[in-house]
Amino acid sequence: MYAFDIERPTRLTDAVKLLSDATDSQLIAGGQTLIPTLKQRLAMPERLVSLGAVDEIKGICTGDDGALCIGGGTTHADVAAGAGAYPALAGLAANIGDPAVRNRGTIGGSLANNDPSACYPSAVLASGATVVTNARQIAADDFFDGLFATNLEEGEIITEVRFPVPDAAAYMKFEQPASRFALVGVFVARFSGGVRIAVTGASEEGVFRWSEAEAALAGNFSAGALDGLSLSGDGMISDLHGSGDYRAHLISVMTRRAVAAA
Amino acid sequence: MPADGGIGAATPRREDVRFLTGAGNYTDDINLKGQAYVHFLRSDVAHGTLNNVDTASAEEMPGVIRIFTGEDFADVGGIPCGWQVTDKHGEPMQEPAHPVLARGKVCHVGDPIAAVVAETYEQARDAAEAIEVDIDDLPAVMDMKAALADGATKVHDDLSSNLCYDWGFIEDNKAAVGEAIANAAHVTTLELVNQRLVANPMEPRVAVGDYHRANDESTLYTTSQNPHVIRLLMGAFVLGIPEHKLRVVAPDVGGGFGSKIYHYAEEAFCTFAARALNRPVKWTSSRSEAFISDAQGRDHVTKIELALDADNNFTAIRTETYANMGAYLSTFAPCVPTYLHGTLMAGNYKTPNIYVNVKAVFTNTVPVDAYRGAGRPEATYQIERVIDKAARELGVDPIALRRQNFITEFPYATPVAVEYDTGDYTATMDKLEEIADVAGFAARRAESEARGKLRGFGVNCYIEACGIAPSALVGALGARAGLYDAATVRVNATGSISVMVGAHSHGQGHETSFPQVVAEMLGIDPSMIDIVHGDTARIPFGMGTYGSRSLAVCGSAMVRATEKIIAKAKKIAAHMLEASDADIELKDGQFTVAGTDKSVAWGDVTLAAYVPHNYPIEDVEPGLEETAFYDPANFTYPAGAYACEVEVDPETGKVTIERFAAADDFGNIINPMIVDGQVHGGLGQGIGQALLESCAYDESGQLLTGSYMDYAMPRADDVPFYAVDHSCQTPCTHNPLGVKGCGEAGAIGSPPTVVNAVVDALQSAGHNVTHIDMPLSPSRVWQAMQG
Amino acid sequence: MSQVSMTVNGKSASGEIEGRTLLVEFLRENLGMTGTHVGCDTSQCGACVVHVDGKAVKACTMFAAEAEGANVTTIEGMANEDGSLGTIQQAFQDHHGLQCGFCTPGMVMSAAALLADNPNPSEVEIRDYLEGNICRCTGYHNIVKAIMAAAGHDVSKIAAE
Repeated sequence: MYAFDIERPTRLTDAVKLLSDATDSQLIAGGQTLIPTLKQRLAMPERLVSLGAVDEIKGICTGDDGALCIGGGTTHADVAAGAGAYPALAGLAANIGDPAVRNRGTIGGSLANNDPSACYPSAVLASGATVVTNARQIAADDFFDGLFATNLEEGEIITEVRFPVPDAAAYMKFEQPASRFALVGVFVARFSGGVRIAVTGASEEGVFRWSEAEAALAGNFSAGALDGLSLSGDGMISDLHGSGDYRAHLISVMTRRAVAAA
Repeated sequence: MPADGGIGAATPRREDVRFLTGAGNYTDDINLKGQAYVHFLRSDVAHGTLNNVDTASAEEMPGVIRIFTGEDFADVGGIPCGWQVTDKHGEPMQEPAHPVLARGKVCHVGDPIAAVVAETYEQARDAAEAIEVDIDDLPAVMDMKAALADGATKVHDDLSSNLCYDWGFIEDNKAAVGEAIANAAHVTTLELVNQRLVANPMEPRVAVGDYHRANDESTLYTTSQNPHVIRLLMGAFVLGIPEHKLRVVAPDVGGGFGSKIYHYAEEAFCTFAARALNRPVKWTSSRSEAFISDAQGRDHVTKIELALDADNNFTAIRTETYANMGAYLSTFAPCVPTYLHGTLMAGNYKTPNIYVNVKAVFTNTVPVDAYRGAGRPEATYQIERVIDKAARELGVDPIALRRQNFITEFPYATPVAVEYDTGDYTATMDKLEEIADVAGFAARRAESEARGKLRGFGVNCYIEACGIAPSALVGALGARAGLYDAATVRVNATGSISVMVGAHSHGQGHETSFPQVVAEMLGIDPSMIDIVHGDTARIPFGMGTYGSRSLAVCGSAMVRATEKIIAKAKKIAAHMLEASDADIELKDGQFTVAGTDKSVAWGDVTLAAYVPHNYPIEDVEPGLEETAFYDPANFTYPAGAYACEVEVDPETGKVTIERFAAADDFGNIINPMIVDGQVHGGLGQGIGQALLESCAYDESGQLLTGSYMDYAMPRADDVPFYAVDHSCQTPCTHNPLGVKGCGEAGAIGSPPTVVNAVVDALQSAGHNVTHIDMPLSPSRVWQAMQG
Repeated sequence: MSQVSMTVNGKSASGEIEGRTLLVEFLRENLGMTGTHVGCDTSQCGACVVHVDGKAVKACTMFAAEAEGANVTTIEGMANEDGSLGTIQQAFQDHHGLQCGFCTPGMVMSAAALLADNPNPSEVEIRDYLEGNICRCTGYHNIVKAIMAAAGHDVSKIAAE
């Protein structure tokens, strides 16, 4: 790692202030992706601003509108244990990485990184969640912006994610054998107003909604409603763990299984 | 037998206590006063002309002590190869220079170009970034067959081609094999890849060089399976340091699996730099660095033909293999595809005609050398896959076809130059059918199918040549060293014992199992006996641990030395008991005059040896310490039969191992608990090869699987509990313990078992799939099902 | 450089660190506690698992500064007060759950975290929980068996012994 200083503010406003001063700063949440990146010397911040001690952005509660509100600094383990009101989301969190990673990694860190194989983006997008930052609220459909890119501005901190709780939902992840990230992950959420399906791991554009399947399921929420629907392998990630065609095929399989499990 | 653990006792391991409490002493735990740190600047291209390395600005960086380049090593030898193979025309193999730091060319991603020694590791790394390297890229030589084409780019300009050797075994058999195949009732042909693997011991390599100017002594602390081999190779061939001025210490070592046999450039560098700088120099590999600098394994591309007569008797085997050497010849590399592979091509079967051709090829990849099993997994995989394919083509039961062709009479001289001393392949297959519950498979398949899963059963046999190796034989085959081993039994005055052994334990449990042998022989408590290993200054000599040789070879040396101790102690006891030493019996730690109740205890005799007041001083020297060297008369031949049941998810191609059973014949067993553990570990690695692991490069020579993000290591949820059994025992006929070795069996026998089971599962659903190359990842299995 | 203080295995520990100093480096280099190992650089192998405030974390993927004031437990703190092996450690020895010993500290720490959360895990739960701990020696058989035994399961019927 290159040398850097590390600051551990205890208040969100102090973190925001540090990020906007003259020193070249980078935010660190759980660090489960950032620290390996720093070890490879792929980042060279002068200073890391840690959110680890900012307790005000940790925790889970239910909003006035019934949404499940998860603080941006909440670890995967805490979501797994505390998001019982939204079992599909808790189950997703319980299967990210491994137990030690889940004790450090946070939902805000995962979303800000927007790894194309991460699990959380699919939940946020399929749920139609709202990403709340220190500055504004961002709808899920506007948040993700391709591989490792989001709508966040420099120095903007995810303070909370508000998940409307669907009537039924499930997440199906098919793991890449080495990293155990999603080779394909499909999150299906059924609301009274319709069905949302988000796919992670597969597309060269990052997490995306499978609108044809959403339409097919809107009137008939059963795996059979997906018969005949498929995606093209074009535009899907193709690597030694699977071709684009394989990933496209897995999306169909995992979507069916998610619908059946929801 | 001693009450708490002689031969055959499942004694818990004494070394566990330090490992379980954080008190182990691994090489990276060693920090010497005043040590500096080295970081290697490594090539990021696979092949290029190294025009210039400009270290001027890097030298000025904070903390930099000195930067070394290839020019600093112009006067020392390169990294040597320990084996010279002779090709089918009787010519020696082509052997490229292997400089400690690259000179003139870089030949693989990871090839070290410069070494920065600095006060801290991060300072060394900072300075390495400031070194200006001028490389003209050359086309990367990656595909083995293309590498042998006329006009192909050469990895080494001073060699005539990329061919290391073209080996025929046995050349005189070639015509008869061709004839047998031409006249066969049936010939089954299979082309397959035994993919490249990375050994991945969990402890990355570390080297700490130290130098004492006052007495001109160098010490190297290193993660090695064989410190004496490193001392020999590095001292004699690289740095020119005589053995008495060079000490090599391999303390607790966190696994090896072959990858820590070899002498590596980083070891020579740290030793050299410590002398040059007169201060300790430490290198700790990161895992990322390990992926581009540890010797890798396997990487064979093979075509095999199996000929059968009208009664399904095997009549001939012919193979053509391309074996990847990588960019340089690692220590044992040339012998792996030849003498550790060609000699095993008879397998467990009485095939009268066998011819093996191996073309070893240089490519712009990390060097390839022995990895757990080394050549024998490659042989077993070919034989057992082609037999399985033949059984399917002929519509016969794969177990019956194997049984029909088993070797049943011993000793058995194979057509590939080795003689199996003993074995009972029918017995291990019988045992396998019992523990694998073959009879219950149909019901389990029906149950899987009811859940929408395909279930397959695969069976496999293997034989390996272990207890490496008779020195005269391997010398004739090109080894540049002997492969005996040594032990010193030092009996202290009070009767406690230190046994200095040449074998190195890095997970095998020698500190527990070796004392069990000595305790059994002397009739004393094993807790009175300690094993000393891993330090050239403390042990007599030794060729180290690999090839399942430790107990069969070094253990035999220990037995011989202990026999000498007993003989001498009997003379002392005879004097004390006023009897003839021929009448002295040793039992349960007591020396007794036969037929009398006159006896003297072990401790009284050992005390007498060191306090020789009442002592046969004219006939017997004081003291009680004996050394023996043991050179085996033959290899040992562990063998076994394995079975596996898999489930395949037809929608995703994902394979899960539902059951795995292993019936092995290791001859006599010292500690069954440790033997079980060795088999489990081998099975884990073999299943890893079958389903998960692959070291892959792109066309430009960049490693695609450079971390655990892409190199799939087996984890706890990838494997089941294994049913293992070693009750079939045909003791080795030529070593004193009757042991054969158990360290590699699991890794040798399991890959074809799994692949056979997956093919069976797919065929059960009507897929016309006869072979899938490993690893049988979900995507590959799914692709195969698409037709 | 800055100062960090924490409690390690019940004793207060402090030292000078850089921002980039990892918790595992602080343990190994500042405190000389070399029981916690480093086996990879991508946060996967788990040889470095320790407990921070009672939770298993990878000490190679956490800065020492982030452990300011924390209660850290390492493999060196897992034995009984009289020096004898703790329950999990003893089960690993009894069932041959280790060979080279390099992954062992992380395995024991992960096992302890699992059993603290779930005192009676099934085989499947144990294997799942060990996703972040890689062992190259044992094929996992005896590790899983040892953890089952530590949890009080009757492991005598598990295949092969």
